Amino acid sequence: MSNSSGTGTGRLKSHVPNRFVLVMVLCLVLLALCVCASLAFGSRPLRFHELMDGLFRQDVDSYTANIVRKRISRTVFSLLCGAALGVSGALMQSVTRNPIADPSILGVNMGASLFVVCGIAFWSISTANQYIWLALAGSAITAVFVFGIGSMGRGGATPIKLVLAGAATSAALGSLITAIMIPRSYVMDQFRFWQVGSVGSASWSGIGTFVPFLLVGLLIGFLVAPALNALALGDDTATGLGVRTGKLRFIAALAGVLLCGATTALAGPIGFIGLLSTHVIRLILGPDLRFVIPMSAIAGAIILTIADVGGRLIGSPGELEVGVVTAFIGAPILIIVAMRSKVRSL
Amino acid sequence: MKPTHHFQAERIVAGYENKTVIHGVDIVIPSHQISVIIGSNGCGKSTLLKTLARLIKPASGTITLDGKPLNKISPKQLARVVGLLPQSPIVPEGITVTDLVGRGRFPHQSLFGNWSNKDYAAVAEAMETMKITEFANHNIDELSGGQRQRVWIAMALAQETDILFLDEPTTFLDITYQVEILDLLTDLNRKSGTTIVMVLHDINLSARYADHIVALHEGRLVAEGTPSEVVTSTLVKDIFGLDCTVIEDPVSGSPMVVPKGRYHVNV
Repeated sequence: MSNSSGTGTGRLKSHVPNRFVLVMVLCLVLLALCVCASLAFGSRPLRFHELMDGLFRQDVDSYTANIVRKRISRTVFSLLCGAALGVSGALMQSVTRNPIADPSILGVNMGASLFVVCGIAFWSISTANQYIWLALAGSAITAVFVFGIGSMGRGGATPIKLVLAGAATSAALGSLITAIMIPRSYVMDQFRFWQVGSVGSASWSGIGTFVPFLLVGLLIGFLVAPALNALALGDDTATGLGVRTGKLRFIAALAGVLLCGATTALAGPIGFIGLLSTHVIRLILGPDLRFVIPMSAIAGAIILTIADVGGRLIGSPGELEVGVVTAFIGAPILIIVAMRSKVRSL
Repeated sequence: MKPTHHFQAERIVAGYENKTVIHGVDIVIPSHQISVIIGSNGCGKSTLLKTLARLIKPASGTITLDGKPLNKISPKQLARVVGLLPQSPIVPEGITVTDLVGRGRFPHQSLFGNWSNKDYAAVAEAMETMKITEFANHNIDELSGGQRQRVWIAMALAQETDILFLDEPTTFLDITYQVEILDLLTDLNRKSGTTIVMVLHDINLSARYADHIVALHEGRLVAEGTPSEVVTSTLVKDIFGLDCTVIEDPVSGSPMVVPKGRYHVNV
């Protein structure tokens, strides 16, 4: 016993995925580069000293310094949104044991959109708090609805049935949204930017409202990771390992919906971040969720920020909303993953 | 040696939504022994095992561990005493042997699932027992069916439970691997005194490897005891509807069923 533990301890260090430290360092470097890029690049090119003024000299009140300050909040917001969507995707994939579960594919963020649009159109909501609560309600109801439809019939919630249910729901909700918006041109502008998914309009107060939701969601996400690892082996195995599968699914799904709903409330429906970040991380680090969930947060932050910077550069002198960019990158990845998952579900 | 436990089920009625499969079964699991549940397809042997292993909530009746009803014990605490290997667990894509075996440590770990020295030791020992240490860093997809099954059992061993339920652990395996798995489980039972309860398809292997056999027919317990007490031609006729001669297994001395079909019967 003592012998096997002695040799075992040395050999079995590998439960931490290979290259984990390397990947972590690389991710942090990438993250730093993204932040720099997000501050430096935009539709309005800046000189180095203008950037420095905006970053470090509160007394300078020039046009360019204000652009930089705007970019700081925008960058912070896109990092937070990316992290939230990355973890939300990882949670939804684990709960449904389905590799293509992602807030946008399941229509969850369209549900959030519909509620926010109703709020704008019928109750003239305007504060970040109202946006968030409405979006949370919308995403929760849609999640239950889509999972319900997708699990009907033989075989439970298979990837393909969930995608179909999600796509159909998305389309239906999308047309409802249009139907509500078209006769109300007066709210069109408030809504238009938000609808495609944009992190450009972030304000510090909005971020302040968003952060508590983000923290709660992330914390739950990290805490349920070991139990989700057990759930990944099947419901029976998980039960044998002492997991209350129903309760676990509920809590993890709640956190996923919270993260996605709060993000959608302030940034609009940004798609595919959850799908992209988790699959990249899983490809590099393997399936251990204790690593996949936190690293998906970092990967999500990186991908969303890159997409945002890319959108500003491509769209210059205007900008291309980040939701459009992520959809362009994400759609082909979805097709690849969905094709592979015919062979194997998570 | 693992501690002795009293695991008992009384008047269990269980099944699925609109179909009762188990009609009032009383059973006491003998501690430190290998028990095998046998019966024909659809007799409810798997359902009984699942009910005992708390995968199915019984409609009525009680299951107790050391006098305490299972539903009064916290799942995680129970999972440190009673382990389970279901028939078709799911393999997460790209998982390594060590990662999979390590997941058996869940009920012993703290909130964040950090590995303690005890976890490392348990995983190393489980892999040693199942002779899969050499595959530690391999991807499960690279292994053969028999090797995979050993990995799964190692996962259940890493859980370090005193009682282990296995639902058809040898199904889909070649005869060589069936014997190998049953040998390894016997090793485990003899070395550490782990109580093993399993469903097996092959009645002759059951008779050879079991200390205690439980025979089910149409959801009721029809016979219980040592293999030589239970495995008789009358019982086989009763529960499988098969004519047979029971002889002594020339290798082990346990009863061996030789079926009689409509052809090739010369005596």
